[in-house]
Amino acid sequence: MQRPELVCPAGTPAAMRTAVEAGADAVYCGFQNATNARNFPGLNFTPDELERSIAHAHEHGTKVLLAINTFPPAGKVDLWREAIDLGARLGVDAYIVADIGVADYIARNHPDIRLHLSVQAAASSPEAINWYCREFGVKRVVLPRILTVSEIKQIASEIPCEIETFIFGNHGLMVEGRCSLTNYITGQSTNYDGVCSPAADVEYRRDDDGNLSTRLGDFTIDCFSCNETAGYPTICKGRYLTPARNEGYYAFEEPISLNLSSLLPDLMAAGVNALKIEGRQRSRAYVRNVVSSFRKAVDAIMAGQEPPLADLIALTEGQKQTEGAFKSKTWR
Amino acid sequence: MEPVTPTQPDMQTGDIRAPRLLPPLPLFLLQPILRRIVTRIAAQNPDMFNRLGPHRSANFIIDVKGLPFALHLRPDPDDLLFRAVPRHRKPVADAEIRGGFLDLLGLVDGESDGDALFFSRDLVITGNTEAVVCLRNALDDVDGSIAAEVADMFGPPGRAMLSAMRRASARRKN
Repeated sequence: MQRPELVCPAGTPAAMRTAVEAGADAVYCGFQNATNARNFPGLNFTPDELERSIAHAHEHGTKVLLAINTFPPAGKVDLWREAIDLGARLGVDAYIVADIGVADYIARNHPDIRLHLSVQAAASSPEAINWYCREFGVKRVVLPRILTVSEIKQIASEIPCEIETFIFGNHGLMVEGRCSLTNYITGQSTNYDGVCSPAADVEYRRDDDGNLSTRLGDFTIDCFSCNETAGYPTICKGRYLTPARNEGYYAFEEPISLNLSSLLPDLMAAGVNALKIEGRQRSRAYVRNVVSSFRKAVDAIMAGQEPPLADLIALTEGQKQTEGAFKSKTWR
Repeated sequence: MEPVTPTQPDMQTGDIRAPRLLPPLPLFLLQPILRRIVTRIAAQNPDMFNRLGPHRSANFIIDVKGLPFALHLRPDPDDLLFRAVPRHRKPVADAEIRGGFLDLLGLVDGESDGDALFFSRDLVITGNTEAVVCLRNALDDVDGSIAAEVADMFGPPGRAMLSAMRRASARRKN
């Protein structure tokens, strides 16, 4: 069994240092603009911050992967090209991309830098992945979170590149890179602008009884009673009233996090080369706890020991966790 | 000026509980201490303000459960403000953040995750969500601990008090 790379999130320079010190083999991050899918206020890196952060990561033997994983709208492609060229000058170890134009630009202009295919590209079949490898020299694919471990194993046997799978964080079951729910309500696009449920459009209202309503724009997404745990204010995890049901209904998915702690040995045996932790928008405390927990688990498995399964439930969305489609297509 | 009472955190809830036998403390005695704290933190972490973007002039109310007063923060490096305000006369603010003492301490100590506290409903946010997200990201990009920087200002007693509160927080989590 080969040792998988532990790929960890970094939304700020402090979070990146935390991830490096907690045992990340690689960290992924983005610039403070629409070129990445976590274009949140106050998050991400300036060029100077990224330059210093890369130097620190490399001193510790940690790779830095730059997420350029949104889709440039017509007429705005220069922003993406500038981010790519800047990343090359700063010494990133790989780009994570979703758009074929972006992939083509990197393949032609920076052929010596590794190209990873983002989950935002939603490539889930060997045929699709092979096409990206053939056309752009993609070295790694980040698989959508809709495949079972046995399906991943099958794909691994049919593609020439490495496989990266999510192991913790957002459950992410939408066809990624295609979701337009935020766009429908706010006019901002997850795919073009890198914003899912922009904070400027989110409002929390708490009534005198302690019930909490979450609103995005003019729409109420959920209402949590005082004893209920809450989730992110995303439309896909909203609970809605419909005439056909007596109470609120999760129309798409529930507030719940992916946690594949117990499936790690199976994933590694299936040929997964890199294990990804989601959460660039989360705190240093989250990064420290989750990264160090999975560092210990992976090291234990590589040493032939039973992996310690840390209790990460307090960090999960809605304080609920699932192995999702990785374990069974009928998880819900 | 409204009087306040010396306080200590409840180990079960993280809220402040006020001993009944101690005399009340006038708010005006707190103001120079709070001003000194925010000035020192700003001087030690000047880059922090960049993450606030247009919200550096926003007014935040930080409402620590159980305290007889609230805190008013304006994280504008050119016009810093951190003061105690009477709970029943809170100024109009852009956003309000409400939580237990130990939970809020964990956030400025780099030991707690704001999203997790929101999920568990231990942290309540109202008002301008984007301003709160920017503030959270600004505070979280500080290396080390803001709580430790504050404790250091008060020497060995400050550090001893922070250690005691960290132990209390750890016991509560376990």
